[in-house]
Amino acid sequence: MQKANDLKEYREELRETLGNDFLRTTLDNFAIAYRAGRANAFKGMDVRGLIKEIADSKDEAARNADALYREFKENAEAAGIHVHFAKDGDEANRIIAKIAKDADCKKIVKSKSMTAEETLLNHDLEDAGLEVTETDLGEWIIQLRHEGPSHMVMPAIHLSRFQVGDLFTEVTGKQQDSEIEKLVKVARRELRQKYVEADMGITGANFAIAETGSIGLVTNEGNARLVSTLPRVHVALMGIDKLLPNLHDALRILKVLPRNATGQAITSYVTWITGNNECLAAEDGKKEIHYVVLDNGRSELIKDPLFSQVNRCVRCGACANVCPVYRLVGGHKMGHIYIGAIGLILTYFFHGKDKAKNLVQNCINCEACKDVCAGGIDLPRLIKEIHARIQDEDGHPLPSFLLGKVLKNRKLFHTLLRTAKWGQKPVAEKDGFIRHLPMIFSKEHGFRALPTIAETPFRDWWKEKRPRVATPKYRVALFSGCVQDFVYPEQMQAAVDVFAANDVAMEFPEEQSCCGLPVQMMGETKASRDVAVQNLRAFEPEAYDYIVTLCASCAAHLKHNYPKLVMDKPALKLRADAFAAKIIDYSSFVNDVLKVDAKDFTQTSEKATYHAPCHLCRGLDVHDAPRQLIEKSGMEYVECAEEEVCCGFGGTFSMKFPELSAELLKKKLDNVEATGADTLLTDCPGCIMQLRGGLKRRGSRVQVKHVAEVMSKNKK
Amino acid sequence: MPSKEDLYQKFVEKAELVSAKVTSIANEDDALKYVINLCDKKEACQLMISGCEADLSDKAEALCDAKQKKVIAAPGLNEDLYKKLAAQSKKAGFECISEGMRDHLAGVDIGFTYAEYGIADTGTLMLDCPSEEMRLATMVSEFHVCVLPKSKIKANTYAVEKMMLTRMKKTPDYLAFITGPSRTADIERVLALGVHGPLELHILIMED
Repeated sequence: MQKANDLKEYREELRETLGNDFLRTTLDNFAIAYRAGRANAFKGMDVRGLIKEIADSKDEAARNADALYREFKENAEAAGIHVHFAKDGDEANRIIAKIAKDADCKKIVKSKSMTAEETLLNHDLEDAGLEVTETDLGEWIIQLRHEGPSHMVMPAIHLSRFQVGDLFTEVTGKQQDSEIEKLVKVARRELRQKYVEADMGITGANFAIAETGSIGLVTNEGNARLVSTLPRVHVALMGIDKLLPNLHDALRILKVLPRNATGQAITSYVTWITGNNECLAAEDGKKEIHYVVLDNGRSELIKDPLFSQVNRCVRCGACANVCPVYRLVGGHKMGHIYIGAIGLILTYFFHGKDKAKNLVQNCINCEACKDVCAGGIDLPRLIKEIHARIQDEDGHPLPSFLLGKVLKNRKLFHTLLRTAKWGQKPVAEKDGFIRHLPMIFSKEHGFRALPTIAETPFRDWWKEKRPRVATPKYRVALFSGCVQDFVYPEQMQAAVDVFAANDVAMEFPEEQSCCGLPVQMMGETKASRDVAVQNLRAFEPEAYDYIVTLCASCAAHLKHNYPKLVMDKPALKLRADAFAAKIIDYSSFVNDVLKVDAKDFTQTSEKATYHAPCHLCRGLDVHDAPRQLIEKSGMEYVECAEEEVCCGFGGTFSMKFPELSAELLKKKLDNVEATGADTLLTDCPGCIMQLRGGLKRRGSRVQVKHVAEVMSKNKK
Repeated sequence: MPSKEDLYQKFVEKAELVSAKVTSIANEDDALKYVINLCDKKEACQLMISGCEADLSDKAEALCDAKQKKVIAAPGLNEDLYKKLAAQSKKAGFECISEGMRDHLAGVDIGFTYAEYGIADTGTLMLDCPSEEMRLATMVSEFHVCVLPKSKIKANTYAVEKMMLTRMKKTPDYLAFITGPSRTADIERVLALGVHGPLELHILIMED
């Protein structure tokens, strides 16, 4: 559970977790195994199509939640089940405690339910004098340790066999060794007696099917079947987000849920319960069944135009499985009760601003979660939106407020950058790095060297040296972004060289400025919008065939976020749509549009490996173009392990969480060096800054370049 | 449309991927032979080997001692078949029951059932078990042996959707998809079979 009061305390907690070698190794192994397992489980299936269908059907269910609840209740009651509605967690817990009291129940067995974790059900039941035993192995372990889950599907993933062995020794009063096979059998035997003694069983529900009033339960251990069979009373607690119109919708989700959660085609057991079925322990031979349907803020969420998509979550936990930050710090630090990307969002809505305010800042915006989500939820965007909302309510921290002010004013911003060029003189090295970090950076930023501001910004070079193309095949506008304009102008110059050689006429609209992603990341929505408007006014989309940018982050932000940022202003929205439609990244433009040919480049056959920027591979869904360009430009492409995993830059993220950024960078550079290549190519100046700075600190011989630079160099 | 043979092949492939033991049989007599033979070869109580050697709390230990001889639970069989099984069990020295599962919660050696359908694309058995005895036989047993008539193998869950709905609308109902034995990976993500339900799942695919 999240307890930190402020970001400083939260960072302190994160640092502690970074020191947990067992957790780190486990999560690393899991992250890699998961990716392969998931890909294998979905082999041959139209995953995107399926996810789209689920998103649509869940959206439809959200719109009809009230009617679905009425239909579900009516059908369930007709089949002999009691249906209760709880507006919040406390009410749900009170209802369940009362059911237990009325039915004279003393002992309860539970199968895993995240909703019960959300309402802290066990605490309330225990306060009411009931004995509650979790029967899912992982849940039982964390219950015995008085902890919350650290993963939605594998609640005890943070614990080693030795810790479990010690725990079971304590519980059984007999010495247990740490062999997993044996520990599992001990749990089997110890828990069997709990089922036998229990008079009430509590489960969650993965599906609540309106057309039949049935629930569906997805488990591997089979404990939900025992929990819902042996005791004479059964209570199922479920959020209104579990309501589906019919069985078909449930079967469709079932195709994705286990595959996305653990890479299984299906779990060992899927149980469909309808009506008050037979129970030989009950006096009348019928089980007493209660469904408790929980709102707890869900109906408000459903009404929100942006956040209603949260209803699509099927609790597969995949967003944690692929999150590079979760992989570093684990679920107890990457969530309150619900963990991972969806956890940051649900924490805000279910558990409040105070619990969420630090967590939401710990998103690097790599979009891995969005890419994998079974419901196609735009998780990073929602996390940023919550961050912005909290800042709007609580006040903006000075640094982000100031950055917002500066970026809104292009001339001031560019003057500051030009001034910085003089300011850095005393600490600038000849190799383009700052010798030692300025005072404002504490020592934890030392994991990477920072570049100096360039002698001549691209915009000044452009005025003097812009090429004239006599018979243009294409007309493009260049969007440089601030890093390539002021820090790495040579990357832009290299692109201009390649474009000119391919008969591309270019414009560089001078009024353009930073794309605004940094302030968006800091939750400065208003500043982000102002910057977008500034850039939209600087470009005449109709005048060009394409607007090309060499920065993957700028490209994704310009293409996907600009239209959303000006959504409420119709004229600007039209312009933003036209603008976004023309945006293209360097590699796609050169490979797919210009279709450059290998014969135009000197074949050096030097080995080059690649880092796929998050905003290129996921943000823009570009995968093949840069790799093909590496080969075409005369180099030999060597694949790098985890090529599409974030390098840890994340713009302002790396300033806010330098320890996490450093760890992500370390993994990336270890993988890069393992390829044996001397050149590392990529498509984003932010990544280049991070990778180059890290390699410099390591004293590595690996050179980092933008794909455009080798193309210009090897061009015949 | 995949042929009956294609569906069978696919079912076997997928079921074996999740540790089910699949055997082809010609008729019901083969099934009975299989069950008796399996029960004979099986340790008296698998848990004694893996669980009881490791010390248990006194209470769990007591539950363990409650079991005296090998038990085959076969609720839901037709009368003739059950009689045959009971006779063969008696001869082999096993206890055969069709009800009273609650008196055997310490463990049953073999649960013997029939599946309604097989689902080829995941190697899943579909069992309708509104009867509590059936549910417990498939959960409490150490080995679950399930007969699946070859003609009942369907391509995927959508192909059994209508059949499921028919049962669900004739309430009450308790339907189960069973795919492989009970499993967990909750400790260090290491796969362990038989956490609460059967340690082994044997599927007997019967020609029909």
